[in-house]
Parts: sequence; C-alpha cells; structure tokens
Amino acid sequence: MKKLLSGNEAFALGAYHAGVMVAAAYPGTPSTEILESIAGFDEVYAEWSTNEKVAMELGMGAAYAGVRALVSLKQVGLNVASDPFLAASITGINGGLVVIVADDPGVFSTQNEQDTRHYAKLAKVPMLEPSDSQEAYDLMAIAFEISEQFDTPVLVRSSTRISHSKSVVETNANRPASLKTAGFKHDVEKYVMLPVHVRLRRPVVEERLVKLTAYADTYPGNQIIKGEKRLGVVSSGVAYQHAREAFPRASFLKLGMTYPLPQKLLREFARQVGRLIIIEELDPFLEENIRALGIKVIGKEFIPRIGELNPGIVVESGYRAGLLPEPSRRKVSPPQGLPARPPVLCGGCPHAGIFFVLNTIGQRSKLLDARGKSAEQGKLVITGDIGCYTLATYPPLRAMDTTACMGAGIGQALGMEKAGIEGKVVAVIGDSTFLHSGITGVVDAVYNKSGVTIIILDNGTTAMTGHQEHPGTGISAKGKKTQKVELEKLVKGVGVEDVKVVDAFDIKAIRAAVRSSLENPELSVIIVRGACSVRLKKRTGQRNVDIEKCDDCETCLRIGCPAVQKLDEQVYIDATLCAGDACTICEQLCPKKAIGPVTATGGSK
Amino acid sequence: MKKKDLLMVGVGGQGIVLASDILSEVAMAAGYDVKKTDTLGMAQRGGSVVSQVRIADKVWSPLIKEGEADILVAFEKLEAARWSYVLGQGSAAIINNQTTPPLSVSLGTTKYPDDKAIEAILKRSAEHFYFIDGTRQAVELGDIRTLNILMLGCVASLLPIDVKIWKDCISQRLSPNILKMNMVAFDKGREEMSRAGVR
Repeated sequence: MKKLLSGNEAFALGAYHAGVMVAAAYPGTPSTEILESIAGFDEVYAEWSTNEKVAMELGMGAAYAGVRALVSLKQVGLNVASDPFLAASITGINGGLVVIVADDPGVFSTQNEQDTRHYAKLAKVPMLEPSDSQEAYDLMAIAFEISEQFDTPVLVRSSTRISHSKSVVETNANRPASLKTAGFKHDVEKYVMLPVHVRLRRPVVEERLVKLTAYADTYPGNQIIKGEKRLGVVSSGVAYQHAREAFPRASFLKLGMTYPLPQKLLREFARQVGRLIIIEELDPFLEENIRALGIKVIGKEFIPRIGELNPGIVVESGYRAGLLPEPSRRKVSPPQGLPARPPVLCGGCPHAGIFFVLNTIGQRSKLLDARGKSAEQGKLVITGDIGCYTLATYPPLRAMDTTACMGAGIGQALGMEKAGIEGKVVAVIGDSTFLHSGITGVVDAVYNKSGVTIIILDNGTTAMTGHQEHPGTGISAKGKKTQKVELEKLVKGVGVEDVKVVDAFDIKAIRAAVRSSLENPELSVIIVRGACSVRLKKRTGQRNVDIEKCDDCETCLRIGCPAVQKLDEQVYIDATLCAGDACTICEQLCPKKAIGPVTATGGSK
Repeated sequence: MKKKDLLMVGVGGQGIVLASDILSEVAMAAGYDVKKTDTLGMAQRGGSVVSQVRIADKVWSPLIKEGEADILVAFEKLEAARWSYVLGQGSAAIINNQTTPPLSVSLGTTKYPDDKAIEAILKRSAEHFYFIDGTRQAVELGDIRTLNILMLGCVASLLPIDVKIWKDCISQRLSPNILKMNMVAFDKGREEMSRAGVR
C-alpha cells in the first residue's frame, strides 16, 4: 500500500512491522514524531521518559529481557543518554535494541550542530542512514536483525530533512502474529559491568566490529549505481538525494550503512571510477574513514562543513571542484532590508508576564544594547534553559543571559553565585525541562546552601516540540490518565523552604513573588503556572485598544505579544492571535486603561 | 506535467503545513512522485513557515533549487516578498492580501514594506502574480481557519490535476463537521483565480 509518510512516521511504522515491543523517548525536534506515531499502536508499550538517559536505560532493560526495543532522540538527546548507550555497546543486548538519533544540520531548533555519526565510532556500533521515508521504513526490520545477529545496539541516524520530509512509501510488511515474550536469563559476565567482566567483554566488542565490517560489504543498502566512469560519488542520507540531482550522470556508491564502512566495496568502486568525491553533510566522517583505507578522495575542500546541504550548494561545490560546468547564475538575489520574522512567544503565552517583570528589574532594558551586550556588570543575571521561553532572549523581553543545554541554567546560577558575583542570580526553567534535568540542580542548591532564585515556568506541557505530555501533566504518552508529579511537593520534598506558586497571568502577583524572592537571601523557588495558549480550546473576550484612551506609550508592545501590533502609528490587537480572557496581560499593564474586551470598547481595527 | 516545485510560505498558525500535506497527497493520488518538507523554526505560532513541495515523475532532493521554483503560495505579503527570489522562469505567485507585522515592525525598529515595494520585489522573479483577498473571504465564510483550503483552491487552478482528486483528498484530511465550509472555501479560491484570468 502506498502512503505519504514523513521519515519519522516511516520509522515508527517500520519498527511496528518489525515487531517492536517497547519504545521510549524524550521529545526533541526533529525526532519527536517517532514516539508520537508509535504510541498509536496498541501492541507497543510506548512512553515519554523523564529524559533521554532514562529512555535509553529502559530500552536496554527491555532488550535484556529479550524483546525488541526502540529509543528515539535528537542529537543532543544522545549526549544525555550517552552513558547508558556506551554501556549497552559493551554488554550487548538480547532482543534487538535500535536507537534512532536525529541530527539538525542547519540548526533549525537545537543548541548546537553536532554530527552524531561520531558516536557510532565511539561506541563501536553499526550505524544505518536512510535517504528518504521508504528507506526509513525498510531499514527498521534490518536494523533489528543486525542488532540481534551481532548482539549490539544499532544506531540509525536521521536528520531534519529525513525526519521532517514526506515522501511516498510502499508499506508491504505486516507485524508478525506472534512475538517473543519477555524473559531474562542470568548472565552476570555479560550484564554486570564489573572491571573483571569488562575485560572479558572488550575482545567481544572488537571481534564484533570485525564481523560487522565484513557484513558491511554484503549489506543490501550499500549499492553501486553505475553511471559515467569519469566520476564516482560516495554519499549517504539526504545528501545522496541532493547529489543524485546535482550529478545525474555520475556513478554512485550509496551507503546505507555508514559505520563500519564496506571496505571491499569502497575499493572496488574506487577502481571503477576516475575521480572520487564524498558528498556528506557536516563533518568529513565518511571522507576521513575512507581516506584511512588508502583511497584517494576529494570532499570537504569543496563541500561546506557547516549547515545543511541542498542541490544548489552541491552543484556549486561540483563546479568549484571542476566536476560540473558553471551553473546558470540566477539573476535574482534574496531581497535585502526586509524585516526578519524571528520566532516569538505566542499570543497569550504564559511566559510573557514573568519575563516582562524580569525585564523591568535591574535596568536590563537600559543596560543591554541592540545586540544584547552590556558594557557594565549586569545587575540581575538570568540563567536560562531550553524551551519556548528561550525566545524571551529576543527584544523586547531580553530577559535571558545564558542557554546551554537541558537543565544547565540552575547549575550555572549556582556557579555564578559561588564565584561571588554581585546580586542575586535567577535561574529560569520550564516544567518539562525541570523534570528532565533541573531537579538535580535544585538538590545541589539545597545541599550546598545556595541563595539563588529558581523560577519554574509551568505551562503543563512540553510546548516547543509540539505539546507532549511529561511526568508533571498526569497524562501518559498514550493519552491515559496517570500519577502526576507535583512540582511544589517535589521541590519542598528536597528541602526548599521558600516555595511560591503564582498565576502566570497575574502581573501583580508575579511582581510580588519576584520581589519577595529577590529580597530573601535563602534559596527560593517560584512556580509560575498558566496553560499554554496554543492548547486553548475556545478563545473568548479578545482584547481591543480604545484609540481615544491610548496615548501611544507602547507599554503593551514591550510584552512581545505577537497579537499586539503597530502599523501606521496605530497600536491594535489582532483578534485572531489574541488569547483574550485567558490572558489579559496587556490590559493589566496598560497605564491608560485603554485595553479591554472587544465588546466593551467597540469594534476592532 | 513537467516538474512542479511549489513553495508555501507564511506565518505560523495559518495552516500551511496541513495545506502542503494535502497538496502532496493530491499529487500522489494523481500518480506523481512527491516530496515535501517543512521548515518551522522554533516558535509554535507567529514565526516564519516555509513548506516545500516537489512534484515530478521522479523527485530526488526534497529541497527546491533557488531560482527554479514554479509556484509561490504566500499566505502573507511580507513573506511573499521574502521568498519570491526562489521563483524561476515561467513562475507564478499567489499572494494572500494579509499584513502581519513582525515584532520589530510593531516596535518601530524596522518598517513593513508598502504594497508598491512588495510588487517591485515580486516583479524581479515572478512572471505572473495574483493578489487574493483570502483572509477577508475566509472570515466571511465564518472561520479564518478556512484560509489554507481557500489558498489550495487557488493552487488547484494552476495545476493540471482533476478537481475531483483535490476534493477527495481534502475530504480525507478534514473532519466532517468542518468539511462543507472548507469545500466552499476551496471553490472560492478557484473562483478568485478565474476572476484573475486563470482557468
């Protein structure tokens, strides 16, 4: 049956048809929809884990118990899960363990641009790379087979353009009617990684890699596509698709397995062609490993190593390498000077109020220049984290000073405090991120007698990745009601005494809470609670600006709400974006009381 | 039909992803190979959204080459201006008459280009362009959210694919309670284009 599937949907369906029993993930663009899709299958246990490390450990456990398990995460997620991932490599598995990791070349939604292929080499595990949704679907069954045959976790590497592109998929397989049930056979030398057992496992891992290298030459996804002999192209993943389009006549060695490399096949291909070019996104991973075989290649001296590739870039590179004629220069360049449209907090966002308040403290709005730098020492330092609220870095809110990785803001705040900077440090973190890896920072703060203020922005969902459930929502990945982890109980339980909960849409209450916390020399936590406006089922009472009362002070514009707009010298509220009664922050802040519900102040502009 | 590369652009929340999904399903149902990819940025709403749809007998890359796009479907005017440079020879642009100022415009640090400036930018690369009062018509139909299907009606006028296939694919994707209104929106989009001289 033909279907139009995204790479992520294809991974999920492929894993389902391959008989996966357990799937775990933490949301992360562009990998999120893999678990969302697989959660729809009743026969599969699927969960949003607290973080990627737990997801990986869950996958290990399920695989040890003999069933097929899938862990899906984004590239920085694998950083979080790297400890158990490397451990799974040395113990091996029992049932198949497949780990899908999605890279983000071009950095659409990540704090770095890492090339995760290096993890395959580090962990000494095989890595498969699909180049479209059909391959994403097809290779899941093979990945589980390789995993079980060679007793190893298998890494499947995706990227934004694989995970988030849709293409036509022939879905010909069916889930087996009967599958192996879980059972664990004791084997301490395999599963208990005491140093004495590690020494026993090390040679097994090295022998496995030798066997996998031989297998790579027979892997069906590694194929030579014959074309002109003058030029040979080695490529994988979505880069292969760009390359096929850029070099329609060249010979290709398409690699579906990119670690370990098929050495015989590569040597054979090198003999068949004249010049050999490696076309890959990000690091010269294939290039360096192929060159190490003694094969002469060109690659990164012509292909950019930063950002994502596309057919145009590959054609340009081919021209620079002397492999293609000069491309027809397009006459039109991108228009200059148009206003950018950076990502913003949504209309009615529960994060807007708290950041508005933070922006007004410590003269941030005066100290920071247009690029967010200050010549003087900051009066209020706000360490941030990963989530929608990171967007409060942009003007007009400008209320975030650091963002590194999930949970880092709390540790960073402690570090600044212990280093002895002047004034109170505030750490800001979302609810899902807090449960992911913020809680250990709070425990540290309690134990080491910190006096920082930690603000937890609780919008009751994992918003930025598209509203996934988490332990604080009380709903499972399958949409079922479950036990809810209550944030205030949690922080009080580890010993924080000053814990306040405020309504995210009550500016006065937020101001009072922030003021009180900043005055308290002891550790304090403020939970700012308000539902994500995107999830509002019904919007009522959209706000409107009364032009007669408005004196154009622009206070409402400093909230950074996209519904509050100004064109041709007139402030107005876009009713299609306004969250109305659920928010009212602009109304609370308007010094002239010029903002109110549409019905009270007449028609909207 | 020779290859068609379509770019759908606008502001997050306008229903562009669903529209490009349906367009892709229509192309597949009509027997073509198709690839589509969305660039959403980090915002749930309000950021720039770009959806690329490539239709041909065989599609390799999901990404359109700059200067080779055939149709630009812009749900917002500034985004039309921003992306029109990707259009190539014989291209067309459909532009919804909607102004959504980015924050920097509202804050007075940048200026929203006027209609003349936008047209001048469009003229550099679009051979034909059609301004559509899509937002107004969608609101008149009773729900701004019908805008994406109305825009699809406009696109349908430029592609040699049977209207029945379009309507079947739309029916499959939308829930029955909003289907009727959206079918009216789809026909409105087609009417808009025939009024603009496309048939």
